[in-house]
Amino acid sequence: MSEQFTPNNPLPQEAKLPAEIASFSPAVEAEIDAHLAKYPVKRSAILPLMFIVQRERGYLDPPGVAYLADRLGVRITDIWEVATFYSMINTKPVGKYHVQICRTLSCKIMGAGKITEHCAKRLGIKPGETTEDGMFSLSEVECLGSCGTAPMMQIGFDYHENLSAEKVDEILDSCSRGEYRYSMKS
Amino acid sequence: MFIGAIGCEPLQLKRVNLEHSRTIDVYKRNGGYDAIKKVLGGMSPDDVINEVKKSALRGRGGAGFPTGMKWSFVPKDSPKPKYVVCNADESEPGTFKDRYLMERDPHMLIEGMLIAAYALGARINYIYTRGEYRYLINIMDAALDEARSAGLLGEKILGTDFSCDIYTHTGAGAYICGEETALLSSLEGLRGHPRMKPPFPAVSGLYACPTVVNNVETLTAVPDIIKMGGEAYQKLGTEKSGGTKVWSVSGHVNRPGVYELPMGYVDMEKFIMEDCQGILNDKKLKAVIPGGSSVYIMPAADITGKGVRMDYEGLVAAGSMVGSGGFIVMDETVDVFESTKNLIEFYKHESCGWCTPCREGTDWLVKVFKRIARGEGRPEDAQLILDLCDNIEGKSFCPLGDAAAWPIQSAIKKFPEDFKRHLAPLTMQTETEVAAD
Repeated sequence: MSEQFTPNNPLPQEAKLPAEIASFSPAVEAEIDAHLAKYPVKRSAILPLMFIVQRERGYLDPPGVAYLADRLGVRITDIWEVATFYSMINTKPVGKYHVQICRTLSCKIMGAGKITEHCAKRLGIKPGETTEDGMFSLSEVECLGSCGTAPMMQIGFDYHENLSAEKVDEILDSCSRGEYRYSMKS
Repeated sequence: MFIGAIGCEPLQLKRVNLEHSRTIDVYKRNGGYDAIKKVLGGMSPDDVINEVKKSALRGRGGAGFPTGMKWSFVPKDSPKPKYVVCNADESEPGTFKDRYLMERDPHMLIEGMLIAAYALGARINYIYTRGEYRYLINIMDAALDEARSAGLLGEKILGTDFSCDIYTHTGAGAYICGEETALLSSLEGLRGHPRMKPPFPAVSGLYACPTVVNNVETLTAVPDIIKMGGEAYQKLGTEKSGGTKVWSVSGHVNRPGVYELPMGYVDMEKFIMEDCQGILNDKKLKAVIPGGSSVYIMPAADITGKGVRMDYEGLVAAGSMVGSGGFIVMDETVDVFESTKNLIEFYKHESCGWCTPCREGTDWLVKVFKRIARGEGRPEDAQLILDLCDNIEGKSFCPLGDAAAWPIQSAIKKFPEDFKRHLAPLTMQTETEVAAD
């Protein structure tokens, strides 16, 4: 039988710590401190900090997880527990441009299906996949609150609304050419 | 997209179409921060709560619980810190009003929260915004900085003894975090699982302290209630549903948008056909989901010529609910089986997995819907679906289960033809077999 881990017999986290722990620049550390200062309980900053780790390291990788556990004073498993619950936390690498198309009802009846098909055909991948060159990931996501301007997609945190196939091509072209500029920093 | 008021003077949407509407200067020039001055100039916390009670303001997030009553549940003698948390998780399909309220008029939310914090004695407060709305978090942060510089946040606000601060917090893509106890779990850095009620958040909420969780639109109504008085605000609407309501309209209409209407607006047909300028491409109206995806679907026959009054009681009488006020309008080309399948896939994806009826039930429903969509529908599937719904509705830990069951139950009841067509496409036996009701 495998060993049982209970609150009285906790996971031996020392043994589980990966060899590497992520480190960040002083500017990023200051940003993290500012988030921690908002809450009376450090653990509350877990989601804002995950977004920062994700931004800096591409996704929530094991050294990033170790960093968070250390910084928040919680166990590695606590970090994974939260990370695996939220759809915006990437525990696997994603493409440089993450194309997320809303599939929920208002977008659906306004033609989201065609937009997804168009993107899939153009990028040569199915929703949930990443192109071989690591440039694009394609996802179908649930309602993003852009129902009055459907269909829509999000690239990173940017909203692109009232989409047509032509408009999608324009946006993806600019990504391919490396000219796409995010309208906001994450 | 249209943003504005119909049938009343705009209150919530008073400033949204002004240039630079999100700056503190424009806000102040248009009546902004007058309400907090009035409050700090001589109203007691009880006075504030009484005005909100008189206003008949009801929670705009979906449940419609009277706001003044919710506030009065917070124990005054508790030695613990108290919290006001703004629910800006807006993830109900079809709903996008809060997004525009925050994008165009962030200071209105700050003022509403300040007043709530004063009434409840809260020192630290949070705005829980869904992770996808990152640009709104940036807008809110900038507005909070402006307010802090203007002495409207922080220590000794406007020279009084009232000190208060507001911080933004980000979600990360979980519909369930719009449920208030799940939101609090998430804000504490846990998985977004709902908690047992009671104890209600008013007694034991964030960090086990007394907490009030209110929707964005609920809080942005508060400054006007203080300025005009609760009674005057109530009179804009109906006796039990005070004030105005902001509706989000999407789908097959010529003019989708964010509409502010007085509560009790008559009637829904006029609203869709005239105010929203009718159905796209001159098609016929088939169905409306009036309160975000979680409410009962209404067929055109229940709307046309029925004089449906748009408030909490009126929509219940018409067979649906106000919910979050997210209108999804569907024309005659929509197959209600397909639209229902789309929604149950949403609920399956967003079920948090905490309780069995919801986790297993939504998964099973998706499997049945997918099999039917593959052309393998059986005549008894309608009854199977209704049985599954019956095992979720009222038996799940939080309202997400109900929200998943209601759209399906009403779709089968109101649009049996759309289901029959799929259940046995090649035979005629469905007429007698399908238990549609």
